[in-house]
Order: sequence, then structure tokens, then C-alpha cells
Amino acid sequence: MDLFDLITSIIKGLAFPLIPLTLVPVIVLFERKIIGWVQERPGPNRVGPWGVVQAVADAAKLIFKEDLRPAGAIAFLHTLAPALTIVTTFLTLSVVPFGPKLSFEFDGVMRTVSMSVLDLNLGLVFFLSITSISIYGIILAGWSSNNKYSLLGGLRSSAQMVSYEINLSFTLACVLILAGSFDVYDIVEAQQGGFLNWFIWRQPLAFLLFFIAQIAETNRLPFDLPEGESELTGGFHTEYSGMKFAMFFMAEYISMFVMAALVSVLFLGGFQGPVALPVSEWIGGPAWLTQALNALIGLFWLIAKIAGQIFFMIWMRATLPRLRYDQLMSLGWKVMFELATINLIYTAAVQLMFGSNPMPLFTIPFLGTISVQWIVLFALGAGVIAGVELLTQAYRRRTLNAC
Amino acid sequence: MLVEIAIGFYTTFMKMFQPRVTVLFPEQTRPQPAHFRGRHRLQRYENGLERCVGCALCAAVCPSEAIYIEAAENTKDHPVSAGERYAKTYQIHLLRCIYCGFCEEACPEDAIVMGPEFRLANDRRDKFVMNKEDFIDPPEKGFGSPDEYKLTRSHPEAVKE
Repeated sequence: MDLFDLITSIIKGLAFPLIPLTLVPVIVLFERKIIGWVQERPGPNRVGPWGVVQAVADAAKLIFKEDLRPAGAIAFLHTLAPALTIVTTFLTLSVVPFGPKLSFEFDGVMRTVSMSVLDLNLGLVFFLSITSISIYGIILAGWSSNNKYSLLGGLRSSAQMVSYEINLSFTLACVLILAGSFDVYDIVEAQQGGFLNWFIWRQPLAFLLFFIAQIAETNRLPFDLPEGESELTGGFHTEYSGMKFAMFFMAEYISMFVMAALVSVLFLGGFQGPVALPVSEWIGGPAWLTQALNALIGLFWLIAKIAGQIFFMIWMRATLPRLRYDQLMSLGWKVMFELATINLIYTAAVQLMFGSNPMPLFTIPFLGTISVQWIVLFALGAGVIAGVELLTQAYRRRTLNAC
Repeated sequence: MLVEIAIGFYTTFMKMFQPRVTVLFPEQTRPQPAHFRGRHRLQRYENGLERCVGCALCAAVCPSEAIYIEAAENTKDHPVSAGERYAKTYQIHLLRCIYCGFCEEACPEDAIVMGPEFRLANDRRDKFVMNKEDFIDPPEKGFGSPDEYKLTRSHPEAVKE
């Protein structure tokens, strides 16, 4: 580590967390707006034109709110829990690549800088371990509040996150097998050359399972049992108010952002556009201009993919009812775990059969390459999804006939 | 299962583009039903004279004793009402009033009626005691300014009279 690394690390560490921090109020506003539209309401529209300052007003309210601590609460842990939650959430952000690597000449030597805060070659292992630690924040919040509902919420969330983390790791392993690396940049590079090369087509089942598991990890509806306001009056954050509550709230939205970024990296080509157009080559100009342009385009596509996914999550919140606790557990252990295992085994088998460089069948310029390995993986994944669908329909028909 | 979920997603997506059912209250208002019983009004004849003759039947019938009236004799030169006497003081305590409309039924002169106004919030208790000037129709308009009562008309027949 020399001066160059130090300077770039500080700049990256200060700049990249600002992206989700500035986007959280926007996400909150759009969440309330979209849910309003689905329920035939206009949504917030009183603070500023079209309600744009609503999130700022909410934040101002939370800052000036009294910070309560219930009698009998463990003061140290009660304060530590929200801090732990938000720190771990920001740590998971550090593996997200926001754009292609940049190279600078520094002290006569060409140096490359990644556009993620941490440039780890084991980035995804780091991500998985940090998400495991983030459970502690919620458990501690539930336990230290001296409240039965909080404790129940904390217990639920720990059980839920442990169950769904296995599915998360198993589906992530499929992508790792295809890319042959733990490095987020290698995974994005493996999906180069247009949207037909994205891993979502090679791993449709893994994409579905990962998406469901990450919603359970971020405690969003329909898996928001840790909060479950109809049974638990707010779950683990029942006894939190003011900025401590705001920390949990922000952590939820930032982890939504990070998880959506990770889904983009793993399955949707990361910071690459759907069509591999060499825009910066057409414009030309000096090397720094090309780099800056590529970085901006990369940031744009990543944010666009994240925005699309967050819209889907909000839409899902407006559509699906909350699962019952036993349904959640049986979905995690009896359906998703099996499917993830099958998916992992067949991905490894197909990868062994065809090798890491499968023969291309045909290539569409700017859109991608279709190879034999691909079609096999896609057919298997789509087959499993269709099989599950047919099975559930047959099961439904049988139970309906039995009634 | 997945098909049903997809149908659910389609339904909610289509709901996003449907017209909103919400009435944006201060800017928009819903039509009030006829005979809506809001805040009271004291009416006038078309020549500007008050209808109220100070008989205090409304105060007598009021179940919550929210009305207080002091009557006085009209003078020949400056008659205030059409009868012999008029209400010198007419107070209604809006926090005691239960908006039953008995005063309106009891009034032999159709002087007191329940108006359309229902936005009665205030920040001090003593502001809820309405004096006569607060709820009598302005004299120049005869039956209340159109601005004040443009929301609805709860008693169209009273206006025509």
C-alpha cells in the first residue's frame, strides 16, 4: 500500500457511499408513491410539488424526535444494535463495482483503480460473511429492548436469515462456477458482450432463487416477518425512535440497493449495457475522456438496473401478502433449498462436461453469443421452474377436489 | 403458483394507471348531501331585515343548551328584524352543540338554519362561542355571499324565499 492506494481508497470510501445515501430518499418517495398508485391513492403530495420533499420532512422529524430507551433495556446493546446494522450494510456496499476499472499514470507507473470501495479477489465471500454479521444487529435490537415483541421479531429474523442465507450462497455458487472466480470484476467480465451473455439466461432458476432469497435477507415484504406490524407491532424496532429507528430504516433501504446491485452484477451483466456498443470509441478523444465516459456509462447502467429491481421490489410489496412463519420456513427449507442444491449440482456437471470455454453456436453482433452449454443450462433451469409450477398446480387441483 | 402470482402482479400493475379515488380535500370537495347539518346560519329577508325575532324557541328546544339569546325591542326608525323584537345577543357554543338541527325545526321564522360549513377547527376554546355577527348572513347579499357558501346549498328552498 502506497500513497496512490491511500488517496484512491479515501476518495472511493467517501464518494461511493454517497450514491445510496442520496438515493434512499428518492427510493422512499417512490415506494410511497407507487404503493399509493396501486391502492388508487395519489401518495404523498403535500410537502413540496408532487411531494418531492416528503422524505426530507420525514428525516427532519426523525432527527428532532425524542430518543427513548425503555426501562430495563440494556443501554450499551440498545445503542450498539442500530449502529451494527448500518455499519454492516455499508460494508456490504464496498464490494459493489460501480463501473469499469480506471487506469492512471502515477509517479511514472500505470496504476489501475477499481470502481468499488474494496478491490478484493474474494469479494463475494466478504459479502456473504458481512451479511451474516448483520443478523447480530437485529438480534441484539430485539434482545436488548426488554420487550416480548422485539425479542420475537429478533428470533424470527435470525431464523429467517440463517435459512435463506444458505439459498443465497448456493445460488451464488452457481454463478461462481460459471465465472470461475470470486472477484466481482471477473464475474462482470464473464458476462461481456451484450445482454444475451448475461447469467440470467444461463441460470434462470438461480436468478429466481437468488432474488427470493435476497428479499428475505433484506426483510422486505412478503418476507418482512421480523417487523410484521400486524402481529409484532413493529418487531425488532418496536422500542426504537428518532435517529436509532432511522438507522434501521436506512439500513433496510441501503441493503435493498446493495442487494439489487449484487443481482445486477451476478445475473444482469453488472455495469455493462444490454447492447455492447463501443460508444467511447466512436466519440474518440484522449484516453482520460474515454475512461471517464466508460465509467459514467457503467454507473448509468448499474443504477438503471438497480432502479428496475427496486421498482419490482416495491411492486411486489404492493402485490403479495406476508407469508405465515411456517410457510416461510417450509418455502426456505423444503422448496428453495432443494432447488438450489439441484441447480448447483447440474451447473457443476454441465460446466465439467463442456469446460469453461464452451463452443459457440452463433454470435449476434453487439448482443452476445449463444453456445451449447448455455442452451443446456437454460433448458434445465426453465424445466425445473416449469416442473415446480406444474407440480403445485396438480397439488392445488388435488386439494381442491378433496374439499 | 407462479402463474397466480403473475396474474396478481398484472392486476396491481394495471391499478397504477387507474384514476385515483382520493378527493384532494382542501382543493377538491365532495358534494354535500341536502340537509347537511353544519355550522348554523342566521338568515335575512331580501330587504335586509333579520328573520330572527328573538323568541328563544331555539334556545328552549336545544338539548345541550348551547344557545343563549337576549331579545330587545325594535325601534320604528331602525328596525333590525321584521317582527316586534329582535335578538340583541345570539350566541351559540359550538363545542356544546350536537348539530341535531332541533333549533332549525323549532324556529317559526326560518331564521336559524344549519349551514354547509363543517371546517370548525380552532386553536382557542373561547373562539368556539359564536356571536351573532359571526354567523349571520351579510346584509348586502341578502342570503349570504356566494363565496362563502359556494360549496353546497343545504337548503335551496330557503334561498329562493
